[in-house]
Amino acid sequence: MASLEALAAAPLKRKVSRDDVTLGAGLGVLAAWLVVSVALPLWTLLSKSFQDRDGGFNGVANYVEYFANPSLSQSIWNSVWVSLLAAAITIVLAFVYAYGLTRSCMRGKSAFRMLALIPILAPSLLPAISFIYLFGNQGILKNWLFGLEIYGPLGIVLAEVFYCFPHAVMILVTALATADGRLYEAAEALGASRLRIFFTVTLPGIRYGAISAVFVVFTLVITDFGIPKVIGGKFNVLATDVYKQVIGQQNFEMGAVVGMVLLVPALLSFVADRLVQRRQVAQLTARAVPLEPKPDPLYDWGMFAFCAVVAGMLLGVIGMAGWASLIKFWPYNLSLTLDNYAFANADAAGWSSYFNSLQMAAAAAAFGTFIVFVGAYSVEKSRAFALARAVSQFLAMLPLAVPGLVLGLSYIFFFNDPRNPLVFLYGTLTILVINTVAHFYTVSHLTALTALKQIDPEFEAVSASLKVPILKTFWRVTVPVCLPSIIDVFIYLFVNAMTTVSAVIFLYSTDNKLAAVAVVNMEDNGNTSAAAAMAMMIVITSAAVKLLQAAVSTVVVRRTQAWRRR
Amino acid sequence: MSQAKTTYLRIDRLFKRFGSFEALKDVSFTIDNGEFICFLGPSGCGKTTLLRAIAGLDVQTSGRIEQAGRDISVLPPSERDFGIVFQSYALFPNLTVRDNVAYGLVSRRAGRAAIEQRVAELLQLVGLPDSGPKYPAQLSGGQQQRIAVARALATSPGLLLLDEPLSALDARVRVRLRYEIKSLQRRLGITTVMVTHDQEEALTMADRIVVMNHGVIEQIGTPMEIYRRPATPFVADFVGAMNFLDGAIAGDRKVRFGGALLDCPSAEGIPAGAPVKICLRPEDVAVRNLGSGTPNRVSVSIADMVFYGSFCRASLKGEGGGEITADFSNNLMRDLGLAVGQRLEVALPPDRILAFRAA
Repeated sequence: MASLEALAAAPLKRKVSRDDVTLGAGLGVLAAWLVVSVALPLWTLLSKSFQDRDGGFNGVANYVEYFANPSLSQSIWNSVWVSLLAAAITIVLAFVYAYGLTRSCMRGKSAFRMLALIPILAPSLLPAISFIYLFGNQGILKNWLFGLEIYGPLGIVLAEVFYCFPHAVMILVTALATADGRLYEAAEALGASRLRIFFTVTLPGIRYGAISAVFVVFTLVITDFGIPKVIGGKFNVLATDVYKQVIGQQNFEMGAVVGMVLLVPALLSFVADRLVQRRQVAQLTARAVPLEPKPDPLYDWGMFAFCAVVAGMLLGVIGMAGWASLIKFWPYNLSLTLDNYAFANADAAGWSSYFNSLQMAAAAAAFGTFIVFVGAYSVEKSRAFALARAVSQFLAMLPLAVPGLVLGLSYIFFFNDPRNPLVFLYGTLTILVINTVAHFYTVSHLTALTALKQIDPEFEAVSASLKVPILKTFWRVTVPVCLPSIIDVFIYLFVNAMTTVSAVIFLYSTDNKLAAVAVVNMEDNGNTSAAAAMAMMIVITSAAVKLLQAAVSTVVVRRTQAWRRR
Repeated sequence: MSQAKTTYLRIDRLFKRFGSFEALKDVSFTIDNGEFICFLGPSGCGKTTLLRAIAGLDVQTSGRIEQAGRDISVLPPSERDFGIVFQSYALFPNLTVRDNVAYGLVSRRAGRAAIEQRVAELLQLVGLPDSGPKYPAQLSGGQQQRIAVARALATSPGLLLLDEPLSALDARVRVRLRYEIKSLQRRLGITTVMVTHDQEEALTMADRIVVMNHGVIEQIGTPMEIYRRPATPFVADFVGAMNFLDGAIAGDRKVRFGGALLDCPSAEGIPAGAPVKICLRPEDVAVRNLGSGTPNRVSVSIADMVFYGSFCRASLKGEGGGEITADFSNNLMRDLGLAVGQRLEVALPPDRILAFRAA
């Protein structure tokens, strides 16, 4: 009887506390931010692709027109095969490299690990410029190609391999590092040969990581704009089509259609990656024993040689751009000069693009880190507002599936609409900041969430029992404990803001041109050496910030994190 | 404990549902001022859910909770009056022991000197007077646990909640801390609720034990009552070792077990012929000083013995059928020269056997 009676009544609701209000406000800010910076622009893009030039609904007419135009639909095939080829080469190289890092006793592992990440510091434009200097019409190694043309698919694939290499290595190192040593001992005890162990234990163990790496690299290549723009020549791909349609021909509707097409592979790879990751987690049990590679001089030195060659090529590509940026008049006068760094000679904006980038990156890193942590904390800790939490979670994951180019395009449609009250942001540095934070939101959000999940879930309960407001505990405990992750997110946003070009290429105005955009412009105008110089400035800045992070981590973090030591 | 018993916490018809799962079903009881209560039960029995409802961390689906005469049923934790210690202790790792203990005091805007004095007093109370400048990671598990208790007590709450506070510790430390927490609680006279799945912990520390299973209360009583007179077969089985012997009611306060007819006062009210489980603790099987007047004598032989250190657990085969587990002390073994295969007479004392109707 009692049970029935209790069932009939509405469940009790806890009285709203000050902490509930605080978390609700945080969640509200997050949801509002994600709706404005992600959901509404993408929605505008989607609807634009179904509209005619006057804004009337015309169904799938734009799509029909797109697929009927052979020069446009040809780009799909071009994009796909180039991306597949680049992904295949990248994965093979990255696999052997990662295998050397994790499964051999070669010397210099930590140096190789760092060298593999060097391409992350550069905008994707840089390898393209380097390959022009190496194999272009006036390239120093031009005859190595036996008459093949670097401008086109060949150049795109080479540059993309450089650009995607670190991403593939990171994923594969993680996959290879989570091996259970007991499986290898069992296989050896059963008398399996090295080759058989490789095919029956190693490969099955990393299959999810390998699949994930293929998808990530494929998506990076197909959505990259900088490389095909610089070195693609007359070879059309989806990413450059969007740019041509929108900037060249002012055909926004067709640009929206190409953007939607570009969204498909990215979305697919996003979904696949999620599925794969879910499975990978279950692979390693808590009782697994880490695999310790055994020394084997011949094999170890073989691995060393391979990694040295690959790392040498990575350095060579960066070095080529650096060297070219210091050459007086390529290829006729090879004496060194700093003239190319006098950017005013090559581009009206001069050095201001660089300082704009610094300002934009600092603002994006500061604002982004703030909203990311406050947002992740509100999502993680609030128990009420289930709908707002679910929506925020979804929208926070979405940017990972949206290529920068598509996001940038959607910002034009959304923020340049005179009916939008936020139209005043259009053409300002602020919109570049908003766009950059939104573009790189997912990884930052996941980093913050992971850090928050690692701390004791009862801190808030304890502070409530002690009548301490949750905001104070957030500031006094959560933030200091998460400081290393907060710094990681800050640096991640800063470096990406410095190097990204795909989204902001649509959004800059002449008053606030960014360094990476200046690289594109100067290269377009034939000032390749100045473009190389600006690209080098970006590399130097990113590298300096990374070094600064290392310094900060050892000095400041040591001082504030004394409690971590026993 | 000298003060008059007054009800401090009243739990009235609590229900808690998670989706279709009922975690608490019609739970009601009261706790007196200054009492030490243990919620005891297997994992998933609802004991932690009940504690979190009392703390306001997860509000019950229906029902009423009163603390010191105040209805706190729907209040958020920050508006209730309790201190809490979690299994993980949830000490703030980046704050010193002193700052952890002072955490709740600072927000009350007490003076600096007053705070320092209170912190020193609390650290003294938990026996770690010099640990103030250390960080939690520099302390042992047992020390961290005591700091967590000090922090929970700092604001002088009316109620102390302990959520499995000892289960993360080594067995030896655990036994010592049981005693320390209990004596601290006695000295302060603070009403305390502790959740545990460890029956020994509950028996040694609690004034009263609330035994729970599947979201309902199986029995509430003093440790002695719970151990001696379990109200249900679940309690009999969960707390301590217990024989469950098959038998049947054979008349007024009599049960038949194998070939024997046993006096069993607790069988009163169960109709004749009904099958029952006869419960008896292994240590209650009597061997010494049996006379012709001793009731409930059974002839058995020792089928097997397992050495447990301070005693031996023996399997006894009844001559009329049935198997009884009995614990024999080392003294008894030596004095009577007990060995496997030996035949002997044992008695099952009537006041120690319980009959439950077989399900």
